[in-house]
Amino acid sequence: MADDRKIDEFSGVETTGHNWDGIEELDNPMPKWWINIFYATVIWGFIYMMFYPAYPLISSYTKGFLETSERTELAIELEAVKSSRAIFVAKLDAATLEEVRNDTDLFNFALAGGRSAFSVNCSQCHGSGAQGSFGYPNLNDDEWLWGGEIEQISYSITHGARNTDDDDALLSDMPAFLRDEILSADEIKDVANHVLKISSQEHDQAAAARGTVLFEENCAACHGEDGSGLSDMGAPALNNGIWLYSGNLDTIVETVSNSRAGVMPAWGGKLDSATIKQLAIYVHSLGGGQ
Amino acid sequence: MNVITMLALGLGAVLGLFLSMNAVDSGIYFHGMLLVVFCVGFAFWIWKRNGNTGGPADPNSVVDYNDDIIRLGLILSVFWGVIGFLVGLTIALQLAFPVLNLDLPWTTFGRLRPLHTSAVIFAFGGNVLICTSFWVVQRTCRARIAGGWAPWFVVLGYNLFIVLAATGYVLGITQSKEYAEPEWYVDIWLTIVWVVYLLVFLGTLRRRKEPHIYVANWFYLAFIITVAMLHIVNNLAMPVSFFGAKSYILWSGVQDALIQWWYGHNAVGFFLTAGFLGIMYYFVPKQAERPIYSYRLSIVHFWSLIFLYIWAGPHHLHYTALPDWAQTIGMTFSIMLWMPSWGGMINGLMTLSGAWDKLRTDPVLRILTISLAFYGMSTFEGPLMAIKSVNALSHYTDWTIGHVHSGALGWVGMVSFGAIYFLAPKLYNRERLYSLRLVSTHFWLATIGIVLYASSMWVSGIMQGLMWRAYDSLGFLEYSFAETVAAMFPFYVIRALGGGVFVLGSIVMAYNVYRTARGDIRDEKPYITAPQPAQA
Repeated sequence: MADDRKIDEFSGVETTGHNWDGIEELDNPMPKWWINIFYATVIWGFIYMMFYPAYPLISSYTKGFLETSERTELAIELEAVKSSRAIFVAKLDAATLEEVRNDTDLFNFALAGGRSAFSVNCSQCHGSGAQGSFGYPNLNDDEWLWGGEIEQISYSITHGARNTDDDDALLSDMPAFLRDEILSADEIKDVANHVLKISSQEHDQAAAARGTVLFEENCAACHGEDGSGLSDMGAPALNNGIWLYSGNLDTIVETVSNSRAGVMPAWGGKLDSATIKQLAIYVHSLGGGQ
Repeated sequence: MNVITMLALGLGAVLGLFLSMNAVDSGIYFHGMLLVVFCVGFAFWIWKRNGNTGGPADPNSVVDYNDDIIRLGLILSVFWGVIGFLVGLTIALQLAFPVLNLDLPWTTFGRLRPLHTSAVIFAFGGNVLICTSFWVVQRTCRARIAGGWAPWFVVLGYNLFIVLAATGYVLGITQSKEYAEPEWYVDIWLTIVWVVYLLVFLGTLRRRKEPHIYVANWFYLAFIITVAMLHIVNNLAMPVSFFGAKSYILWSGVQDALIQWWYGHNAVGFFLTAGFLGIMYYFVPKQAERPIYSYRLSIVHFWSLIFLYIWAGPHHLHYTALPDWAQTIGMTFSIMLWMPSWGGMINGLMTLSGAWDKLRTDPVLRILTISLAFYGMSTFEGPLMAIKSVNALSHYTDWTIGHVHSGALGWVGMVSFGAIYFLAPKLYNRERLYSLRLVSTHFWLATIGIVLYASSMWVSGIMQGLMWRAYDSLGFLEYSFAETVAAMFPFYVIRALGGGVFVLGSIVMAYNVYRTARGDIRDEKPYITAPQPAQA
């Protein structure tokens, strides 16, 4: 093989004398910078391994000079956050919601925490800006299914609505008027036209007139004679432009026919009382709080 | 030999029929039938070829190379490349516009995503690796490929594996391990194909007329052996029924996670790096017509690369339940891997010294060169992202996607395109490619596509990571998850645009290869070698 070595014309470097399908190799040394950086990374690697957990042993592992671990680092970080908030959280726990609103610092803390907790836990259904969506109430407006006072909001968050894990969950049970054979399809259409009328929308006058009586007999007990709703019953107002399931004729007919019964989880068991207070204060502050 | 082949295929057909007849789910029924079709079709085809296992493309070749098989591999590579890129474009658009999931189970992102990754890595990349390795090992050993019908079985059997895997994903058959989604029976089939591949490769090396084994073949061999080991260990599973698709992996919990990423990272290391370095070590010096820069560098970077790569997998599991010590090993070995990876880039780029002027006149060499640049970039980015404090920001974000694609499109894709352009005229015994200008068009489309893709994912990934960890002055989280998703929309659109441009380039390549195969020469302005500078 040594006999086949020759000098490459361009670089003046000797080849190794191999030739595969016309491919030859130059006998250049490895670039200095390359080998030096390689050594440096290896040395750095072993130094790093001296300081951090690195080598497995039979029933344990080397802990490293720093004697640190992800778990301890996490515990330290969590502890730091916890202690930085301790004063506020203690005050928050002790104070009533009314007292919190009168203490500016505490109120701002609660607002910030509430906004953050809302992003993580509530925005999935109610939207990032609490604007709601089809079937999920908007929390910025003046209409409240179960009342917009801060204590009422707190109750709604703690116990939720129509869920199976909290015995104190809010419960209203609108009948499914068609499925339960309370009203006929035609009658439901009439009632729906009445609802269109009281919410100042275009409607079939004759149908609405027929529907007025039906509304009084079947709906007014919860929604009120004038359709202004009743938050004790969880019955939404029907005489304004705010709709949980949109207010066109077809949707109203569907709602009356089969009912809706949306569910909200109870957060009482999942979030601590300070967080729920923060949430109540935040939601109350959004603009519609009563 | 023919009798044994026919007997094996007959047994395969009977097994397929048996599986189908006893199948407990529609997946096994369908896949058993595919096996029957494959075995019967292959046997019929062998019978029709009447003992002709293939010959050299060049009738004047001194050695009786088997080029027929490589020609098939080339067609399959181009085909799967275009398909895989198109599926990628589809899911990129789905991320920007979810309505494109079409509300059908078969077309949801969850099923199309593994279809895309498997189509580009295993179907496109795998076919490129197999067909180039068959070309390179024959040429650099000056010997015909070993095993009469065996190499045909490798190519066709491997593509049956791809069809089984791909149809399985769409039908919802998956073992939910990233890049190892196919179920147990498909894994067994791939194992059989892969062992035959190893034997064919080793058999050809044994036949070599050259005293030494060329460096490209070391890389190919490392790729074949390691992938076999990774595939078998990561897929050890117990089927619920031998006539059903579902199985359970032997490993559980964090051990399963570690083995999965030991596999996953070395799929990158040995499939997408070592294998494609094998391609680089043959096609770059051939196209540049220059000797390899440094023999010593090739030895040292080969051994350091394969020794270090295998330990780096745990960096995929930073800040998880994986023990700290394993994370430390994953991180430090990733850093140490930096220079061994760069060894390949240096050796490739320095091989061009004395041939730099050809970049102006040879767009194929330009494609090979930029592949090395992207290789160097992503093998620097990789160790960087393996550092725990960097990973704390980058992990689970689109930065990872950007990193993977600058490597996959830039390195793997480009070096493959270079090899395809090199092989196409030779395999059809044509004077040259149909059009070098179209190669240049492909070069620009692909490069612009990659730049759009990678830069948009860097920006969106870093933004995403920063938004996830943003706290206000009181230590409360700043953003909801949905807000971070909404913020990524424009980048998803740019990414899809980049992907679309890249797909367009691959279609230009497919057309160029097709016309080359037909023997056409495009009437175009030729590239002219630059005039020599006047002597001072």
